[in-house]
Amino acid sequence: MELLIKNGAVYDPKNGIKGDKTDISIKDGKIVDKVSSKASVIDAGGRLVMPGGVDAHSHIAGAKVNVGRIMRPEDTRSGLKPRTKITRPYTGYTVPNVYAMGYRYAQMGYTTVFEAAQAIMKARHTHEELEEIPIIDKGALTLFGSNWPTMDFVREKNMDKLAAYVAWGLLASRGFGVKVVNPGGGEMWGFGKNVTGLDDVVPNFDVTPRDIIVSLMKVNEMLGLPHSVHLHCNNTGKPGDYKTTLASMELAKQVRPSKDRQVLHVTHLTFNAMGGTNWGDFESKADEIANFLNNSENVTTDMGQLIFGSATTMTADGPLQYANAKLTHGKWGNGDVELEDASGVVPMYYARQVSVFSIMWAIGLELALLTKDPYKVLLTTDHPNGGPFVNYPEVIALLMSNKKRQEEIKTLHEAVHKRTKIPGIERELDFNDIAIMTRAGSAKVLGLLDTKGHLGAGADADIAIYDIQPDQIDPSVEHAKVKSAFSSAAYTIKGGEIVVKDGQIVATPMGRTFWVDASVPDQHTDIMMKDIRLKFKNYYSINLANYMVQDAYVTHPNVVKAGVISVEVS
Amino acid sequence: MAVITDALCPFCGCTCDDLTIVTEGNKIIEAKHACKLGAAKIMGHHRIKAPMMRTDKNGNFKEVSYEEAINETAKILVNSKRPLLYGWASALCEVHKKGILLAEEVGGIIDNTASVCHGPSTLAVHEKGLPTSTLGQVKNRADVVVFWGSNPVQAHPRHMGRYSVFAKGFFSDKGRRGRKIIVADVRKTETANIADEYIQVQQGSDYLVISALRAILSGHADVVPDAVGGVPKEQLVKLVDTLKAAKFGAVFFGMGLTQSQGRYKNIDNAISLIFELNSFTKYVIMPMRGHYNVTGFGQVCSWETGFATAVDFARGVPYYNPGETAANDLLLRKEADAAMIIAGDAGAHFPANSVRHLAKIPVVQIDPYWNPTTEVANVVIPTAICGIEVEGTAYRMDGVSLRYRKMIEPTHPTDMEVLDRITERVREIKGD
Repeated sequence: MELLIKNGAVYDPKNGIKGDKTDISIKDGKIVDKVSSKASVIDAGGRLVMPGGVDAHSHIAGAKVNVGRIMRPEDTRSGLKPRTKITRPYTGYTVPNVYAMGYRYAQMGYTTVFEAAQAIMKARHTHEELEEIPIIDKGALTLFGSNWPTMDFVREKNMDKLAAYVAWGLLASRGFGVKVVNPGGGEMWGFGKNVTGLDDVVPNFDVTPRDIIVSLMKVNEMLGLPHSVHLHCNNTGKPGDYKTTLASMELAKQVRPSKDRQVLHVTHLTFNAMGGTNWGDFESKADEIANFLNNSENVTTDMGQLIFGSATTMTADGPLQYANAKLTHGKWGNGDVELEDASGVVPMYYARQVSVFSIMWAIGLELALLTKDPYKVLLTTDHPNGGPFVNYPEVIALLMSNKKRQEEIKTLHEAVHKRTKIPGIERELDFNDIAIMTRAGSAKVLGLLDTKGHLGAGADADIAIYDIQPDQIDPSVEHAKVKSAFSSAAYTIKGGEIVVKDGQIVATPMGRTFWVDASVPDQHTDIMMKDIRLKFKNYYSINLANYMVQDAYVTHPNVVKAGVISVEVS
Repeated sequence: MAVITDALCPFCGCTCDDLTIVTEGNKIIEAKHACKLGAAKIMGHHRIKAPMMRTDKNGNFKEVSYEEAINETAKILVNSKRPLLYGWASALCEVHKKGILLAEEVGGIIDNTASVCHGPSTLAVHEKGLPTSTLGQVKNRADVVVFWGSNPVQAHPRHMGRYSVFAKGFFSDKGRRGRKIIVADVRKTETANIADEYIQVQQGSDYLVISALRAILSGHADVVPDAVGGVPKEQLVKLVDTLKAAKFGAVFFGMGLTQSQGRYKNIDNAISLIFELNSFTKYVIMPMRGHYNVTGFGQVCSWETGFATAVDFARGVPYYNPGETAANDLLLRKEADAAMIIAGDAGAHFPANSVRHLAKIPVVQIDPYWNPTTEVANVVIPTAICGIEVEGTAYRMDGVSLRYRKMIEPTHPTDMEVLDRITERVREIKGD
């Protein structure tokens, strides 16, 4: 099948195209140099064309998302939309059902989304949900930061075993990358305790969060994984946590990247750039984080932008969630996983007139606006922690219009003037910056820039056309039009197929699941498996033979190969 | 002879995954490591041989073809204004997905056996959330374990050995000797007999007793009367001390709590107690789920519809209002005008008035086994046994999903095939 998109105002940062009228040719799901005269034609009519959106951090599938749904029937009741001949029913706002997850991303022009955390033991559940999310390509990052084997091998300083474990863990979970959440803290939460910084020793395992992060970064690069270590810092969500964030970012200097990307992605910075010593003197330190990013090449981040209204916080950071539940006096879901990690789910309501939330709203925006290079700050809401992903168009409009920001600021708690820098920041991002933060940048951070996040020949034919003409709009003033256009794509094309037209779902093909198959020398795996077998014999509550995710749960796989080159033994 | 190792037991919510199954020909001759309950199911018993139908429920069944039975089922569902699709707990998640799609197609109500079991626990989770963990956390860490209104010795025989009482783990290498076991129940169960402490709660007083524990825990022992719900104050004060002294405590609750006076409020109160105990030390709480995959239905239904159970598709969008949309609400109001009962036994477990209504409306039963529901059915479609003859997914009581192995070849079509064919026929009749 051939398709030609004519007369689009194309933004394709990787290929240096900034709004030029460029034709895009599509054949068999890929972008090609040219197509025959038989190709169907879409006349973009000067409208905005971008690669399909790529989200590198969103909680879309798995145990904790479903805990959110089960805890929150009141959330499911918002966003209802009946079934049609093409679509299953939509439900939910912060915790949508699997169908709404795929449809809503596609309707915004997004075509690739990565679930940000799965415990290996619960990965089968993650994939059961991923299998039912329509349209988009997806994958899931696997938690390693508090796993007992990780800590054992870090303590032994045995990087070969650790690499073998990471490779095996990715296979077991059909995972795409290494996620680290509050390293060491997940284990300590098993007894209701936590680490307080990078140098606390985890009892019984005799390692520190610093050791864990550095070792996993080394191993990640040894294996040449497409994505870097993806870190949720220790102390996240506490006033003053920016110091731990900066100290964690510093660790990236100890490791050299194996690929053209960062060695450390530090996620959802809205929750990690907090100053002050308590909620009373709480302030934004986004400027210090931005300053670090402006002087470093090894670290990327994402915003985790706060959206006013309802949110459902969910994270493997169990102790953070108990602290949140104590603040809200509301529902508390906790879901610790033996030998692996913790987790928690707590509903939140971000009210405009609460000083802390006004400041947090500013942090994400400050970070994006004070960091010079948009490749270093991806646009996310840490869905649904900062707010649901359907609000990305709101975030885009805020980044592109100082006028809109000033209008918003008027509705917020006065603390936003005193304890953030946002009122004085005049920078307005352009469509190229936005295309980086939502496409090229996220694809690069994930290590998928060869086929995702751009429109050059060889890329997947994932494309969004939005109903605005970049040369005839002033986003600074007409921000409402910008928001509306990004909310409802004129066309979304996924793998060469039109899936959204005029904001409506017109087809629901099944997307692929990306996972990484990393090879290590067999002898390293053999040694590592001796330890793993003991763990199952003595500690796990299921058998090793029933642990790994089977092929039946990944019916449309896209396997990315990685790994250290196998050593020939003569 | 063939041997299947690491096989999973399709009986209770423990979903033990360490069975060794020995088969000869297409017959299971041994189920090693299985408990009595699990082995009884795995070794097999009275199957329904072929599809059956009857118009008069007092009359005898006549054997029919699958085609006929499926066609009749589709007609019943399409002609119904308020069809109820109930059961699901003894089926795999792959079956649940097909069932939810069928419920959508016919605008019906789908509900599962949690309705008469741990449904109230779900309502409590709506109110308070659920601080819990996987069972391996309990195995490796717990030094205080409470069974409240649950009796694992008889209902979940291997729970104690594998996870909660005798199991040894990393921080619990002494096993039983390193744990304090507490049982709270209205009668001295067999589990109570092996406990270190038995709290005899007066029938219907669980809420009061939990409230007293919360009062004592928060430093208000002075307001607690000399006895609460039949339990002496001294025993309650001592119990709070024991709970607080734990390094890791776990509370397992059963239908003694969910189906006695107070119902979901009992669980709500118990979860609040756990929340508060976490200010002192680590605690988790977990429902003792009955059928091996009743948890799985709640999971699948939640990710597909947003609601865990009792979902009404009459409006084309999922609508959930237990008290209005659960199976017994519908039957007691005489609102359901047809029912499809699959992998669950309403005939045996529903209140008499619900079963009376079932006797009056067209009922389709899809199940490998003859059971009391068969007695009120018009159409009976026997299927292969999930987890024995069909591989697929189920969720353990702690939400860990596992893949069941096929032990022997099925002699009947699977539930998935039957539901696919019903859905296909429904679409044909509706002209979609």
